[in-house]
Amino acid sequence: MKLLAQELSFETLTGAVAAHRALADEAGLLAFCRAVKETGGRLVALWGGDLRDRGQGEGFALHVAFGIETGLAIVSLPLPAANPEYPDLSEIFPAANRLQRAVFDLLGIRARGGDPRPWLRHANWPEDFFPLRRDCDASRTFPPQNEDYAFVRVEGDGVHEIAVGPIHAGIIEPGHFRFSIVGEKVLRLEERFGWTHKGIEKRFEQMTLADGYRLAGRVSGDSTVAYAWAYCQAAESLGNAVVPPRALWLRALFLERERVANHLGDLGYLGNDAALSFGLAQFMRLKEDWLRLSGALFGHRMMMDAIVPGGVAADLSQQGGEQISAQCDAIEREAAILKNIYDEHAGLQDRFLTTGRLLPSLAAELSVCGLVGRASSQTWDLRTQNPVVPYDRLETQIATHRAGDVAARVAVRFEELFESLRLIRLIVARLPQGERLLPLVRPGAEDAMGIGWVEGWRGDVLVALEAGSDGRIRRCHCHDPSWLIWPALEHAIMGNIVPDFPLINKSFNLSYSGQDL
Amino acid sequence: MYQILKQIVKTGIKTEAPPQPDQALRVAAARLEDAMSRTLGRALVIRQIDAGSCNGCEAEIHALSNPYYNLEGLGIKFAASPKHADLLLVTGPVAKNMEVAVKRAYECTPHPKLVVAVGDCGISGGIFGESYASCGRVANVIPVDVVVPGCPPTPEALLIGILTAISAK
Repeated sequence: MKLLAQELSFETLTGAVAAHRALADEAGLLAFCRAVKETGGRLVALWGGDLRDRGQGEGFALHVAFGIETGLAIVSLPLPAANPEYPDLSEIFPAANRLQRAVFDLLGIRARGGDPRPWLRHANWPEDFFPLRRDCDASRTFPPQNEDYAFVRVEGDGVHEIAVGPIHAGIIEPGHFRFSIVGEKVLRLEERFGWTHKGIEKRFEQMTLADGYRLAGRVSGDSTVAYAWAYCQAAESLGNAVVPPRALWLRALFLERERVANHLGDLGYLGNDAALSFGLAQFMRLKEDWLRLSGALFGHRMMMDAIVPGGVAADLSQQGGEQISAQCDAIEREAAILKNIYDEHAGLQDRFLTTGRLLPSLAAELSVCGLVGRASSQTWDLRTQNPVVPYDRLETQIATHRAGDVAARVAVRFEELFESLRLIRLIVARLPQGERLLPLVRPGAEDAMGIGWVEGWRGDVLVALEAGSDGRIRRCHCHDPSWLIWPALEHAIMGNIVPDFPLINKSFNLSYSGQDL
Repeated sequence: MYQILKQIVKTGIKTEAPPQPDQALRVAAARLEDAMSRTLGRALVIRQIDAGSCNGCEAEIHALSNPYYNLEGLGIKFAASPKHADLLLVTGPVAKNMEVAVKRAYECTPHPKLVVAVGDCGISGGIFGESYASCGRVANVIPVDVVVPGCPPTPEALLIGILTAISAK
């Protein structure tokens, strides 16, 4: 089939996700990128693979995933074994910049004319060591080196730099922020990540389709349900597995519980970062109640490993369902009181309103997704646009705002919190009876790609999976929405004062581990 | 203001009694004298270091400050600098890219330099293991006193680990 009136010939991938894939040459890829841009689509992910061990004449591949009206469109560009290069896509999608640099660090395939600086490699392994190449021995270790990274310098009267990280001054993941400031005003922020890179994608290659879900569930711990579900969608699509309806409804229950847990925590910390510690104490109390019930019912407070290929590992009893519904009512009442207090608190609103603005036009240019995107008019939510079972029967209401400031991101969280509480009660009430786990997936054809795509609490998580006929994973790419949102933070902070950075950063609350891999 | 006070009164006090230390979590001999631990036990300062975790452990460490566990009520607080800390609470397999930073933080920490390695990854490298990008367990990079198993450990397990580190033998 054709998409966006382009030449490329797409085939529909099997499985739960609405995904299409085409092979292209450079001209075809570039033309498709422009067509996506012109029709209001967005870049979703960009990754590479090494096919050289598949036979004579095989080389590398670049895969680019786009979000368009029909769902996910994946374009694969074959590259030669010698000197693999492709055109720099960051001229069309600026968000491709870091993705392209990460692809080079892992595979040695280069964007022609792109930003040459490393991203994941911090001089701690040699320049010509590409861990995701099939013939690379990833167990090799190298002595750590000091890296002299080429930050962009801002010059002028009174400009100075503040360097923060990698170890941050709180209980936060590691990253480095380089602020260029005059007085208190931020002129520029440059992010440098990759600190928690721990070789996850190479580790997948030592695992099988049946056990990879555990690693996927530990790509970003706060989104363990979203990743596990996306991984299982991908594994199930490879093997054409049928997942029982009860399991799909329970997966959605887990996903919405994960969203509520994270939104409760964020709403507390957003109050705290604007000096209302009352908000933190209250919301963290609610979050603890929430996590305790998850632990009691599903055996794990964060529901790690609750979603497995073929179904779910935890079930819900009638009594458990009643507990969940009662808790939703209680949390809804409490959160409504707290929302009222937040809305009426002049000091809090003064800090929230107009702070850290991300304009809708810029959000669109940067392919910003997830709740940060929705607070800047980017109306992407897979639960409404490309709903899988059971979302196709739940009529999820998307939460969007135009202001793009901290206040808008707080508002989106409140609205999504209340909507998720509604969804959870609906899921519990309509949960189908029957099996919750069917025997695992058989691996598919050698060159097949399985796709998982799930709207996690932060944004859409994508998993692209390839496996051999023996069930061993050949390649598993996990993509975190943070890749596409972090660059927007660099813009949202401009012109704000340094003390507002923690508040703005918290209103984004992006993952480090999820994109460092 | 009235609404805030009303909510505080309505919520009441949620704090629960702290758990007891568990000496089985020690991987090194206790280094604090009785008298010292009695003093320190009520005024411990922790520097948390994410050395490469998935952020799951951090989520549960945050929970320690909620009203149920009320860590500050026990006299224990988190500091922004290792120079102000008695104890380092380290999560994750140590990512290769974090190796130097973790060592530097340890060097900056004044004595007694207690170290608690958190989670299955902190104890053994966990599911990530050792590779070009991962140094594996925390003890491969800095000395460790106490370990807290779990993936992630519950807040209660974390509290037991911290209290064990500052308990007398």
